[in-house]
Amino acid sequence: MTLLGVLGLGFVLFFLGLILIFAFLGRRGREVSLRPIPAFDRLQKAIGRAVEAGNRLHVSIGSGDITGPQAAVALVGLTILNRIARDTTISDRPPVATSGDGSLAILSQDVMRSAAREIGAEYSPFSGRLTGVTPFSYAAGAMTVVQDEEVGASILIGSFGVEAALINEIGERSGGMTLAGTDNLPGQAVLYATAQEPLIGEETFAGGAYLDAGPTHTASLRAQDWLRWLIIASLLLGALAKFFGFL
Amino acid sequence: MRAPFSAVIAISLGIIVLLGYFVPIGPLTSLRIVLLDWAVILAGVALIVGVVNLFYVHWKKTSEGNTESLYSGVLVFALLITLVLVGWFGPTHTFSLWIFNYIQVPVESSLMAMLAITLAYASARLLRRRIDLLSGVFLATTLVVLLATAPLFGIEIPGLGELRDWIAQVPATAGARGILLGVALGVVATGLRVLMGADRPYGG
Repeated sequence: MTLLGVLGLGFVLFFLGLILIFAFLGRRGREVSLRPIPAFDRLQKAIGRAVEAGNRLHVSIGSGDITGPQAAVALVGLTILNRIARDTTISDRPPVATSGDGSLAILSQDVMRSAAREIGAEYSPFSGRLTGVTPFSYAAGAMTVVQDEEVGASILIGSFGVEAALINEIGERSGGMTLAGTDNLPGQAVLYATAQEPLIGEETFAGGAYLDAGPTHTASLRAQDWLRWLIIASLLLGALAKFFGFL
Repeated sequence: MRAPFSAVIAISLGIIVLLGYFVPIGPLTSLRIVLLDWAVILAGVALIVGVVNLFYVHWKKTSEGNTESLYSGVLVFALLITLVLVGWFGPTHTFSLWIFNYIQVPVESSLMAMLAITLAYASARLLRRRIDLLSGVFLATTLVVLLATAPLFGIEIPGLGELRDWIAQVPATAGARGILLGVALGVVATGLRVLMGADRPYGG
């Protein structure tokens, strides 16, 4: 086993240990305060408004490959879809999930089916759709969903490139709220300009914690915070050591 | 498949693949490669299932008889024609390449052109929607980079190119690395939650 392998496995196990410790502390009733992210507050209100007004919520989980690193942000999108589906499937117009990858389309259908079964609502196989197999065709298909199906709010959480701007623009023109987050750097720049509530960097991955998806989400968010400070300290120490000639 | 059974399979296979990256034991590495190959094959099958779903959604829309059903009809027709032609003649045949070069590429190019206008309009709207320091910096940076890369009327403003290079090499790279660090931590956290069974996107 190489040094890099040992360090990598050690990092993963340390991260896992932190999550377990924080999850244990969370179960013992220790209050955790998260910094306010206005996007998620607005999302909660948008969910309530959509149910009252009989509008549909559109959740788009991007076109990331499920076998690649983009799968992680798509899984966050599925977690948020799960939360939204449990709250809104019972309404007149249940939410619709769009994606640009076949695996994500099947997973989104599974999430919608589970949510409908849990609350005793009717499940429609059209609630999770593949709208296109290339990024722009996926965006074009998602745009028609936003425009034609009385969407009250669009939530884009997944791996998006610059094509997400087209989906947000249609959402804006339809008068609905647009909330978007991605792991892709050019995508984040575009979402900052086009979405009403953009999520930058790791705010996207905090969605589960802010939407009460479970104590493990809050625990993993705290573990991320700790590790981020640890990495910052290591970078600063390394820079100082290099500056003073120790490295 | 019952939820606990699918969770056990998913978690155990996930741990095998994770260990296969860090622990260089022959059988473990081979098993990792086999499992990843299976995942790629399943993703391909999922694509076919997704396309069938796409066809079915739009086929249903064509029977509704409203304005939008015309576009769905065009999609269904195009899908069937492309499937028949490319399936019969192969993806490198003249007909298949003609569809790609004279239909798909122009359509996607026009969407990209629309994107340019959309972004310009969105940038102007940003000033109205969110007037703060960060929005101002965002727009100023965009203008500097645009003017330095593609000067208006060919007039080059002295020093703008150096400013663009400095922005790209120092603050932009620093910010990008910071964001990527946070994203990497988020990715690892998400993966660990799936391996712990706390997140189950695979059913139940």
